[in-house]
Amino acid sequence: MKVRALLTECAVLSLALVAGAHAQTGSAAKGQMIFESRCVACHSLDANRVGPALGTVVGRVAGKAPDYFYSQALSAATHVWGRDKLLAWLTNPESVVPGQAMGYRVELPEDRQDVVAYLASLSKKPAAN
Amino acid sequence: MKSVVQTLVSPNVIASRRAFMGRTGTLSAVAVAMLAGKDALAQGMGGDMAKDVSILNVALGLEHEAINAYQLGAGSGLLQKPVLDVAVRFQADHKAHRDALIATIQKMGGAPVMEKKLDDYAKALKADTLRNQGDVLDLAARLELGAINAYLGVIPAFGSKDLAKVAGRLAADETMHYTILTNALGRPLPSGALSFGA
Repeated sequence: MKVRALLTECAVLSLALVAGAHAQTGSAAKGQMIFESRCVACHSLDANRVGPALGTVVGRVAGKAPDYFYSQALSAATHVWGRDKLLAWLTNPESVVPGQAMGYRVELPEDRQDVVAYLASLSKKPAAN
Repeated sequence: MKSVVQTLVSPNVIASRRAFMGRTGTLSAVAVAMLAGKDALAQGMGGDMAKDVSILNVALGLEHEAINAYQLGAGSGLLQKPVLDVAVRFQADHKAHRDALIATIQKMGGAPVMEKKLDDYAKALKADTLRNQGDVLDLAARLELGAINAYLGVIPAFGSKDLAKVAGRLAADETMHYTILTNALGRPLPSGALSFGA
């Protein structure tokens, strides 16, 4: 009985750890699915379309994707796209760069985590912040 | 694939001269509906006006791309009738969206984003990788699904409820396109309700 209770406790603890880890880092696989169903309207990984290419966005200076014509506001941005900046951007782009052109937001925090995890998995540069 | 499309779109949907004329009339109606009361709308939008125009311009960029994607598909020689007719019909819908968006942006005092060259779209969409009709339909379906989610996703960002409604109407058209395309590809229905715009 004690063993069963201990195993149950361990299982619950493991689930909590997994959930906690997801909350911190997200799932790249889920992020890819979200990217391919929502972001792909405007973005590709390796080509500028309505929006800039995002395959190397992590670690890139904002507003500086080669050969993409940015809004004036984003052209003037100087921050580097790290995990926290991308999460903030997907939450509300206007709060990160007022006057930017993207009206789309990712509503759920876990979806944002997943998308950022996916983008980070594509980049060789770390998504530290 | 062919029979599914035929079942879905013939004879009521595929363009005939009469249907084409009907759609031309619809275009005018759509444009008029989008513009109805826009003067009052513009006066009431204040600081949201520039943001709304910005969102509409992103939408216009999507429509430019969709028009050119269908042009690439139609010109590829990979589409056979009646699929080709359906692609041309969907392209006409996107042209109607484009024209209505341009009129609305101009009415609001904005500058509509310009269409790029067909070659630019071909490069960005990797048109050179399309090998058969299924590839073309898959590309179209992916773009339509993205557009559905984009239009639904920007609805909360509009300062104007009228423009939010327009985004909903555009999303409805794209959903019709996506549904027919996925059916033609032999793909299943979405696994559950509320799968779009999540």
